[in-house]
Amino acid sequence: MSTVVYVPGDAGARSLGAGEVAQALTAEARRRAADVTLVRNGSRGAYWLEPLVEVAIPAGRVAYGPVSAADVPGLFAADFLRGGGHSLALGATDSIPWLQGQQRLTFERVGVVDPTSVADYVKHGGYRGLARALTMSGADIVQAITASGLRGRGGAAFPTGIKWKTVLDQHTAQKYITCNADEGDSGTFADRMLMEGDPLSLIEGMTIAGIAVGATQGYIYLRIEYPHALRALQAAITAATQARYLGNDVAGSGRRFELEVRLGAGAYICGEETSMLESLEGKRGEVRVRPPLPAIKGLFGQPTVVNNVITLASVPWILDHGAEAYANFGTGKSRGTLPIQLAGNIRRGGLIERAFGLSLRELLYDYGGGSATGRPIRTVQVGGPLGAYIPASQFDTAVDYEALSGIGALLGHGGIVVFDDSVDMARMARYAMEFCAIESCGKCTPCRIGSTRGVEVIERIIQGIDAERNVQLLEELCDTMVQGSLCGLGGMAPYPVQSALKHFREDFRARPR
Amino acid sequence: MAERRGRPGPLLEILHAIQGELGYIPGTAVPLVAEGLNLSRAEVHGVVTFYHYFRRSAPGTHIVQVCQAESCQSMGAEALTEHARARLGIDFHETTANGRFSLEPIYCLGNCACSPAVMIDGELHGRVTPERFDALIAAGEKAT
Repeated sequence: MSTVVYVPGDAGARSLGAGEVAQALTAEARRRAADVTLVRNGSRGAYWLEPLVEVAIPAGRVAYGPVSAADVPGLFAADFLRGGGHSLALGATDSIPWLQGQQRLTFERVGVVDPTSVADYVKHGGYRGLARALTMSGADIVQAITASGLRGRGGAAFPTGIKWKTVLDQHTAQKYITCNADEGDSGTFADRMLMEGDPLSLIEGMTIAGIAVGATQGYIYLRIEYPHALRALQAAITAATQARYLGNDVAGSGRRFELEVRLGAGAYICGEETSMLESLEGKRGEVRVRPPLPAIKGLFGQPTVVNNVITLASVPWILDHGAEAYANFGTGKSRGTLPIQLAGNIRRGGLIERAFGLSLRELLYDYGGGSATGRPIRTVQVGGPLGAYIPASQFDTAVDYEALSGIGALLGHGGIVVFDDSVDMARMARYAMEFCAIESCGKCTPCRIGSTRGVEVIERIIQGIDAERNVQLLEELCDTMVQGSLCGLGGMAPYPVQSALKHFREDFRARPR
Repeated sequence: MAERRGRPGPLLEILHAIQGELGYIPGTAVPLVAEGLNLSRAEVHGVVTFYHYFRRSAPGTHIVQVCQAESCQSMGAEALTEHARARLGIDFHETTANGRFSLEPIYCLGNCACSPAVMIDGELHGRVTPERFDALIAAGEKAT
């Protein structure tokens, strides 16, 4: 009988040699005439163990990692196809402590299933949410999403149910479901992992959204930096269409829903929803003035749901298990689970899905094992390039929307970038302004011009030129940008700068260089 | 273009198709696209120049993108970038004299748990050391 071996096709695992491992495995199996079926799954998210090779033995799946192509003959020699002992053996995958403590709802199938197989998806609980949705009225589906407490996981944390209700209440012939897959924040990769590892859950979530609000066309706006995700999505859309889960008769219901991937072109601003809509229309990604809200006048002027990948991919679980089951996870107004991405200078980085409420300290030390360099962690930036830098004295803060906003920070898309004590915070502040200058769409003057002036002012501070006066000028500039910009880019780019000034003032003093 | 014209919001799609085919968007393409979509040249030019991804001149055989974002910075992207510049003898947005490599900055490749990251011709590389970078470039020098 053929033994199933899993080698991730995930871009991150491939970046560490998973492709070479898969090749070596196929070649070695042929040489030994071993009957092996290779499945390219997603990543489990434990990136320090990638490439993580798994073997399905009668007792369940066992893992080996991190495996290099050179290790492959040794694994065969150790009879890894029957779970044999080896220095890289990690035991049952589910019992790896880093994975065991997680509460994977949205990511329950990522790293588990074959992302290209509808049959495997269904075998692991896929399309049960859609089946449930097809027995409900649009209003009841929207009510379930509202009751679940799901908030936009892209960063803005707006209640998803309210957004859907607004679109449901519009009476137009054409409505759209759009998925924002322009995951541009440094330190985030949850969208990428999900699209590569379980793209059908996103497709199912968008289909449910379409059924709920009465939209027949969906678009996934995917960033160009994710070519592997593009291939995974296209393969999954083709498979779902062939299995009649997409098209003019979704799962035999007589309802229509079609889906298309549209590529971005390397503009961070297009992760802002109105800029994304402009880009989807084939225009410059300049921010629109709101109102009107996209839910009322969105893509091509029609009512449009704009949700992030993780938000939409959480919908099937909620419909399948019920709103209450989802709302039972989490704390306060942060209901459900959050896929947290631990990144940067960290020993055990990767994806941790847990109910809201875990502290930064637990994440950084219990999961992360401290910095990769072994030096003390000085700060973390949470929520991408527009997120605040948080000092070690605040590491007991819980990772939820309210707790982070309580200390002047933001959760954003759930990425945590770790820095050790060699970081120079004045330079990180200058980078925040540089990034804003590069990525500004140009619509608002405080963002377009202010960011460039910000770089210059911080440069003068770093050079030790009239530091005190320039720090004051920088603070005023930050205020102007926050107050005078339409969207989050200009309005939030000062956050990392202000937090660096507040918590790491010593780095902004004139010093020998 | 004819096959895309009827679709909603076709301009970006058409530009992607041109760059996919030629590696860049030649200036001569702008009036053709403008005419085909009943847009002004300025509108098409405006879109081409808005997006970092669209190039207006032919790139080298291999496109080397080094991530500059915070996560990679925390793991030494700045030093890796300096190394890349020295190894290839070019700055960002330049192409080596033999036309072999173009060097570009990029802002997040979504590989932040394996920083610093580099992408070469659409394939991702993680935890890239200067030695690993040199090996990847050496492979690119051999490959056609």
